[in-house]
Amino acid sequence: MKCRKCGGGAALELRRHNAAFCREHFIEFFRKQVAEAVHKHRMFTRDETVMVAVSGGKDSLALWDVLLEEGYRTAGLYLDLGIFEYSVESKAKCEAFAAARGQTLHIERVADAVGAAIPQVQKVTRRPTCSACGLSKRYLMNKAALDHGYPVVATGHNLDDEAATLFGSVLTWQTDALPRQSPALASTHPKLVRRVKPLYRLSELETAGYAFLRGIDYIVEECPFAAGATSIAHKELLNRLEETSPGSKHNFLFGFLEKARPAFERVEHVELLECTSCGQVTTGTLCAFCKLAERVKAHGSDPASTRR
Amino acid sequence: MKIILRNPKREVELSGRRRVKELLTELDILAGTVLVIRGDELLTSDSVVGDGDVVEVRPVMSGGSARIIPGFIL
Repeated sequence: MKCRKCGGGAALELRRHNAAFCREHFIEFFRKQVAEAVHKHRMFTRDETVMVAVSGGKDSLALWDVLLEEGYRTAGLYLDLGIFEYSVESKAKCEAFAAARGQTLHIERVADAVGAAIPQVQKVTRRPTCSACGLSKRYLMNKAALDHGYPVVATGHNLDDEAATLFGSVLTWQTDALPRQSPALASTHPKLVRRVKPLYRLSELETAGYAFLRGIDYIVEECPFAAGATSIAHKELLNRLEETSPGSKHNFLFGFLEKARPAFERVEHVELLECTSCGQVTTGTLCAFCKLAERVKAHGSDPASTRR
Repeated sequence: MKIILRNPKREVELSGRRRVKELLTELDILAGTVLVIRGDELLTSDSVVGDGDVVEVRPVMSGGSARIIPGFIL
């Protein structure tokens, strides 16, 4: 297979673009896609420092790498979920990445904020682990950015992540979730930082390919709690569709962003309040994170819980 | 040739030459869901692998917490 640009040996085939690229031209393609995302959605400027939320996986480290290559000012944020050996290894990958590039890496422990590590939190909520984990991560990312004075948080969500989330929302017609699915969410309150997803134009295969070709040492092992997650099932379905019809995921997501999302956005009017406990933004009196922390605290003080 | 699979990590021994596309079909893996790696190079679906090669088939899927939580503004 030949590179579309130079005719040299291809490293990666992109069926949805009916193209293949060599290492050099794939990296060029990748950087252009990120630049277009940043420009189109005015994600951040060169005067701002972007807080990049990193997990040690391919997406977030590829994101951090490409932003540095593009000359942006960045700092990393690693949220220690306390998921056994997985967290130990993923944290080490992030620390090594930051140290090798002379970058600041902020580290926050979920257990310090919520009262227990994610595996214990799951036992309290008795809901899928990803639910409490996702909630905690979003809360702590916003809080860390505010605490350290960064105006924007960038996450490594890719096209596959976004298509799977959209699929899940549409499957159950969560009309309140649809307008909030966007490559860039502006700050609509002084205590909400901007949130952006500069990799939303790039597939999971492409972010993995970039990470490999750039020599990024990322954690290949999956989070032990991801197996059986609904979003993984949705990704598998979409992958089957993509196999027979390349470009399906791209068309599904981009069609939504361009044609459908504005219609849902018009009907969403949410009053933003501040949590009576922590002061972060919520739509009720006590935010979902503080409710979770209260449940964890109550569980910990329950003598019966120590016997489980 | 030795095939290294992930999640969980395991190894499979195969003999004979074949294209990557055929290898993935044999392993019942969709081409767009993995990187196929030999040494420091990525292989495309028409690359040929054979005896003596060590080939890693590395999944690219990740995730779990992508859901937007109703009523949670963050």
